[in-house]
Amino acid sequence: MNFKNIFDTYNWDEQKASIYSKSTRDVEAALNTHKRTPEDFKALISPAAVPYLEEMARVSHELTKKRFGKTIQMYAPMYLSNECNNICTYCGFSLDNKVKRKTLTDTEILKEVEFIKQQGFNHILLVTGEANHTVHLPYFKRAIELIRSHFANISIEVQPLETNEYKELHEAGVYSVLVYQETYHKEVYKQYHPKGKKSNFDYRLETPDRIGRSGIHKIGLGVLLGLEDWRIDSFFCALHLDYLQKNYWQTKYSVSFPRMRPAEGIIEPNVIVTDKELVQLLCAYRLFSEDVELSVSTRESEHLRNNIIPLGVTSMSAGSKTNPGGYAVEPESLEQFEISDERSVEEISQLIKRSGYEPVYKDWEKTF
Amino acid sequence: MLKIAYQSFSSRLFLGSGKYGSSQEMYDSIIASGTEMVTVALKRIDTDTPGDELLEALKKANVKLWPNTSGVRNAKEAVFAAQLAREALETNWLKLEIHPDPRYLMPDPIETLKATEELAKLGFIVLPYIHADPVLCKRLEDAGTAAVMPLGSPIGSNKGLKTEDFLEIIIEQSKVPVIVDAGIGAPSHAAKAMEMGADAVLVNTAIASSKDTLKMGNAFKNAVVAGRMAFEAGLSKTSKEAKATSPLTGFLNV
Repeated sequence: MNFKNIFDTYNWDEQKASIYSKSTRDVEAALNTHKRTPEDFKALISPAAVPYLEEMARVSHELTKKRFGKTIQMYAPMYLSNECNNICTYCGFSLDNKVKRKTLTDTEILKEVEFIKQQGFNHILLVTGEANHTVHLPYFKRAIELIRSHFANISIEVQPLETNEYKELHEAGVYSVLVYQETYHKEVYKQYHPKGKKSNFDYRLETPDRIGRSGIHKIGLGVLLGLEDWRIDSFFCALHLDYLQKNYWQTKYSVSFPRMRPAEGIIEPNVIVTDKELVQLLCAYRLFSEDVELSVSTRESEHLRNNIIPLGVTSMSAGSKTNPGGYAVEPESLEQFEISDERSVEEISQLIKRSGYEPVYKDWEKTF
Repeated sequence: MLKIAYQSFSSRLFLGSGKYGSSQEMYDSIIASGTEMVTVALKRIDTDTPGDELLEALKKANVKLWPNTSGVRNAKEAVFAAQLAREALETNWLKLEIHPDPRYLMPDPIETLKATEELAKLGFIVLPYIHADPVLCKRLEDAGTAAVMPLGSPIGSNKGLKTEDFLEIIIEQSKVPVIVDAGIGAPSHAAKAMEMGADAVLVNTAIASSKDTLKMGNAFKNAVVAGRMAFEAGLSKTSKEAKATSPLTGFLNV
């Protein structure tokens, strides 16, 4: 059993029609229940729910406060490599982007670590492209061995791996694995990913199942907003979450909803997701799942990040670099995308405190 | 006075330290609540860096630090975490929490019993968070637990004493103190638990998520005191039916 068995019973166009035909009554029913189904989620992300945004935000705020308290978890991404054998038309690391590539050496990793630690971070997210001949399991294990004693909590966002590889990484000290489907529209997915291992839609779709079976503590899901209609894509993401929570009940989950950002050599977004729509989506996720962690990165603007904290967010990054060596080693190397909120870690920390929340830098024990 | 293991407490209210908007808010509610012991997740404390904000605020409040094992999924991890906590916070008191289910944080009874056995042997004062299961409570006594901490309702739910009938049995049978943990969402819930004869209650979300944590800390303090006094005074029995004017046994008096 894996998610593909369920996914294959759904049809994109039917779901689209269903979401766009949700009525005021459906939205009110979804708001007035306390255990919400994927059908309720559809109502909450539908155009019919737009007039209910303030009410959704109030419920989202209360649910989040009850579950997570007035806290925001802080993390920093650390790019290990921008080598990549995939062509992804929206990504700066795409193979056809003829720019010099870089993979951090041991010494460089430690230099970056030192910088990030000085900023106060204790939770780190390691990111790479997909270069299976050079940036592979032994490379990851080596990198984790180097940084493990410095951070309480290590997450990775790398190419999809096999269950036994995830097991090894879990034993090496990886707490969570993030893998975004980008889009759940199978045909459109092929167009955005014309070449490389990533062009295999099904293999990516089954990745969270492989992570779930490995005993990793947390799985991060998401779609890249801008590729296809965000409503249908997000519905499939919620369906995926629902399936995983039932099947891997000992695992935690987080969802991100990154919007496409400018990067070197990439296409323009196919769909623009507005701030208002992003907030609707954030609140819908919270109303659908009280315990899912929701993350907002420095992709988003200062204006949005200044105001989104009480709406259901549970983790934020700050002062991020999206290129390998970006913090201390080689600030000018090829970046994956341009961040938007360039404020320092201290500024974001103050922002969170001014909003009545506590920035939490440590919420795990490296020896666990 | 409440006595757990060798230690006496004049307050029967224990607090958690999570979910607060700032360390100051936490500090204020601790002081207002009059609590003498506050639980803190080992995973939240940064022992590598001196001056951890959370720890400093707790030290300033001058309460007994009570580390918990939140985050562990089985007995083995719990024992390991307990040893780390003992070293980091220099206490052998432990709030044992093993919830492999991150959604509802339901305690695992099998792993909790195993860990309690082992930790008691290692000299820990173990206070385990458990479901309101009377048989498990007796088994934990045999394993050497210092108290039992059954839940009132799912953690963080603020739903009150949904397990009331089972808590009654536990309180009736227990040889160790019974601390109602989890689910207490209002001072009235805490008062109710105390009226029933619980030895203490542990509260976190209801105080930490309130608009005025100081005032809510104070409200819980008073509720716990009132509930305990009522228990000690002996509540008059409630009766659902009016007394019949012609009782069934009335003929015996003729």
